[in-house]
Amino acid sequence: MTQYTNSGSKDTRSGFGEAMLELGRTNPEVVVLCADLTPSMKLEAFAKEFPERFIQTGIAEANMICIASGLTIGGKIPFTGTFANFSTGRVYDQIRQSVAYSEKNVKICASHAGITLGEDGATHQNLEDLGMMKMLPNMTVINPCDFNQTRAATLAVCYHKGPVYLRFGRPKVPNFTPAGQKFEIGKALLFNEGSDVSIFATGHLVWKALEACRMLEEQGISSEVINIHTIKPLDEEAVLASVNKTGCAVTCEEHQMNGGLGDSIAQLLARKYPVPVEMVAVQDTFGESGTPEELMKKFGLDTPDVVSAVKAVLARK
Amino acid sequence: MPTTEELQRIATQVRRDIIRMINGAASGHPGGSLGVADFLTVLYFEIMRPDPGKFDMDGKDEDLFFLSNGHVCPAWYSVLARYGFFPVPELGTLRKLGSRLQGHPSTFEKLPGVRMASGSLGQGLSVSIGAAIAKKMNGDKRLVYTLCGDGELEEGSNWEALMFAPAKKIDNLIAVIDYNGQQIDGPVDKVMPLGNLRAKFEAFGWEVTEMDGNNIEEVLNVLNRVKSLTGKGKPNVIIMHTHMGSGVDFMTDNHEWHGVPPTNEQAARALSQLQETLGDY
Repeated sequence: MTQYTNSGSKDTRSGFGEAMLELGRTNPEVVVLCADLTPSMKLEAFAKEFPERFIQTGIAEANMICIASGLTIGGKIPFTGTFANFSTGRVYDQIRQSVAYSEKNVKICASHAGITLGEDGATHQNLEDLGMMKMLPNMTVINPCDFNQTRAATLAVCYHKGPVYLRFGRPKVPNFTPAGQKFEIGKALLFNEGSDVSIFATGHLVWKALEACRMLEEQGISSEVINIHTIKPLDEEAVLASVNKTGCAVTCEEHQMNGGLGDSIAQLLARKYPVPVEMVAVQDTFGESGTPEELMKKFGLDTPDVVSAVKAVLARK
Repeated sequence: MPTTEELQRIATQVRRDIIRMINGAASGHPGGSLGVADFLTVLYFEIMRPDPGKFDMDGKDEDLFFLSNGHVCPAWYSVLARYGFFPVPELGTLRKLGSRLQGHPSTFEKLPGVRMASGSLGQGLSVSIGAAIAKKMNGDKRLVYTLCGDGELEEGSNWEALMFAPAKKIDNLIAVIDYNGQQIDGPVDKVMPLGNLRAKFEAFGWEVTEMDGNNIEEVLNVLNRVKSLTGKGKPNVIIMHTHMGSGVDFMTDNHEWHGVPPTNEQAARALSQLQETLGDY
């Protein structure tokens, strides 16, 4: 299989923070809003270098989202920064009316998504955000897989006109995609060609999928690994082309099974090309406190879980 | 520049439009719409005087208005049409399938004059703050106006905005509270009393002015005075005392007219109290 090397583990949120600093330097219309989480969001450098374009809203996310919406009137490109939990459910109605329905060029940037937020526990571990955001008409939903991809995605969303939900995470994870890559919104990436099964993975689960692919190869199973960084719009062509070849699919995400990537792919396949599908995702439950590694294991989101899902789907072919 | 008398004539026609639109749609919110007709007339025809031919989303170098309590949009739609943003006969399409005049304001159908959807309450004040910040960042000296309901202040997110605007010295914003004392379930004082609203705003750091929102001359004078208070480091709010249903005797100060359309007979009675001044659509 194609070899991927971890060039040194880094947190995806730092990719966001680094890109924001670059955007601050290159685009005078970029404005950052943050609801009292500046260090966690890795926005300290931006706030220091561009204090006149950094808006501290305090712990008031509803106000933050609507201020961002108002800023677009006059041509600003606002990026809001808080945790996934406070970027979505807490402000769903504000996003729905003042951003999505009003077609405003707001970038909702959410860190600490999913279960790998870790020790803070279920109150902060949002596992529903992709579903909530993808259901909104006009909304683009992106969940990059490592530091380099998050950095590239952040730069790309600035130049995409329209509302975007950009989701990333807290822990240090392998950084294996190319530095300085070009990020194309809505374009799936083929990370490994295979013939027996299509593995569609997003976010932190992409590295797990590649590890699983390696283990499966040793057992004589050839898996195609496709990175779906853009949950919406889904690259339907890429999904259908791969499944047409392999005849089955496994989806992998750090999100509820309800409403996530697997849900989108199953819906597409049910309509266009029905094949067996297995999903590596959280099974309709809340998270809990623990280290990210412990939690990924406990909630069935680890490399062996991907391997088991592949075997299960192959048995159904 | 229109005289007070001319403004009054426009406001009366706006009230006729409101009754006819809501009767035609057999749904809508006449009470609040009638109450803000005078304010919106003065704001557009005398204070902001935007150029309808140059309408775009960014609204650079012009005053902006955001309606937060979107359900009173019949008054806004009428003022926009009468001012020249879109053809007056289009008012007859309110709330009908395929109309640009949605039940609550929307940008989706590209109605000129509307920059933000509203209806779900408690968002317009924050949106206006954002637009006011953008104006400051752009070196644009024009002002941002917004209208919120009194009952709407029960939405908690308003109080996030009320804290923010003075703290960040958003002094190019004039927020207007339509204080008609009525909401769907009854008088605001019974549903959820606002207490001493003036003292609350002052405690948060706002410059507070009060006015009678159904007296054209007073609206004109107060808006001009409050304009002169902008740019001094504090956001401005006008507590605008109005009468729900103002202009139609049997609707006045009656919360039951919040969201009920007049029947044909009631509409005829209402219209008999409102002289046709600019020609019905």
